[in-house]
Amino acid sequence: MNAQAPALRDPRLNRPEPLTPPLGDGGFFQRDRSIHPPAHAPGYKSSVLRSPRQALLSLENSISEITGPVFGHNDLGPLDNDLIRNYAKDGDPIGERIVVHGRVVDETGRGVPNTLVEFWQANAGGRYRHKKDTYLAPIDPNFGGCGRALTDETGYYYFRTVKPGPYPWRNYVNSWRPAHIHFSVFGSGFAQRLITQMYFEGDPLIPVCPILTTIPDKDALDRLVAPLDLNASTPFDSLAYRFDIVLRGQRSTYFENRTAGN
Amino acid sequence: MPQPLTYLKETASQTAGPYVHIGLIPAMAGFDIFEKNFSNVLVTPNTEGERITLEGKVLDGTGTPLRDVLLEIWQANANGRYNHPADRSAGALNEEFRGWGRAGSDFESGLVTFETIKPGAITDKAGRKCAPHVNVWIVARGINIGLNTRLYFSDEEAANAADPVLNLIEQPSRRSTLIAKRTERAGKIVYSFTINLQGPEETVFFDV
Repeated sequence: MNAQAPALRDPRLNRPEPLTPPLGDGGFFQRDRSIHPPAHAPGYKSSVLRSPRQALLSLENSISEITGPVFGHNDLGPLDNDLIRNYAKDGDPIGERIVVHGRVVDETGRGVPNTLVEFWQANAGGRYRHKKDTYLAPIDPNFGGCGRALTDETGYYYFRTVKPGPYPWRNYVNSWRPAHIHFSVFGSGFAQRLITQMYFEGDPLIPVCPILTTIPDKDALDRLVAPLDLNASTPFDSLAYRFDIVLRGQRSTYFENRTAGN
Repeated sequence: MPQPLTYLKETASQTAGPYVHIGLIPAMAGFDIFEKNFSNVLVTPNTEGERITLEGKVLDGTGTPLRDVLLEIWQANANGRYNHPADRSAGALNEEFRGWGRAGSDFESGLVTFETIKPGAITDKAGRKCAPHVNVWIVARGINIGLNTRLYFSDEEAANAADPVLNLIEQPSRRSTLIAKRTERAGKIVYSFTINLQGPEETVFFDV
């Protein structure tokens, strides 16, 4: 099931006087580690030597975690959310054109506005434009494979691209990654920082991927799978996939005059 | 039956993979695509504060530097104030300092560097002074969920000894894993650090 956030309206939004809650009233909901992959997941071999073995030190949110970098439209270029155009040299990229869209919300269902979402992916053949990627699929001269967007005031984002291809990797001899797009999301505080991956509904490689199955919780895994969204497709141009992202909830109350703080 | 207490669940984390550079630092992947890039240089000529270089490595369980790791840092300005609307403390804001940067490690040496300023001390909710520190977030192939830690400064001995977070660490020997060592090199102030993912010197990581 994909998390669908209700459109919540806060009755205080029309309040005339701006209010500032006292510093430190907020903090984020505690992270539920049972839905995240454990650091040490031996089926994904790279995690064996790169996973801390000591217990993490629990830290109550301080101002260092509640705050985080603030980005604006000045940080972005006009083509940053258009992967079909942002690296095109002499034509369109090869592959199935798609739109990916959704909302960034927190655990209370509240949109996370004006937050930076970055994404990167392989091309239609399953090859990354990266000097370390030596897979035999060809590099597409018209495809860079990365982009970024700011969410609007409701937390909505969108971009267009071509559907990435699956590719083999050196975990087991026959390990293949399902088609996926990497997502990096900031939120409003550094404690919300998250990197994840979006997968495509119906991909038969999903249940056998050693990286995907690091996630112990079946529902949490399903929420990384974006459904085909025919209603959002562009006729005779592209299909669409819907991917909603949930960041940690925040204890403070939403105030319109300091939305970036929420 | 009472009303249900329904919250959405946080989206699960996934590894950033070996090619994290493509999306976040494309120049390191070998191409140029964005008009404006984010970088490991946090300062402009007009940023207030003492210029410092943070230089370090992240080591795996065999002591080998990770050569595909990405670090982000987040810090207060020289007045101890974060450039964010939720920080309403007294120190002056400095518009020339966002307080955030990201860097990939060198593909050969594994070295990670940031050009920044030394942050000021902040005050916590209880009114206690916290030693100056830089918040660090680490992602890489094989790291299933980003790791949070902090860097403190070796020349702040008194402040470090009184810091409420450092004092939460039960074993005094482990507190030193968060302290970057100050040196001077060709007239520049360099703080060096090592982050150990495993082993007897394992760095203290936080569940924030």
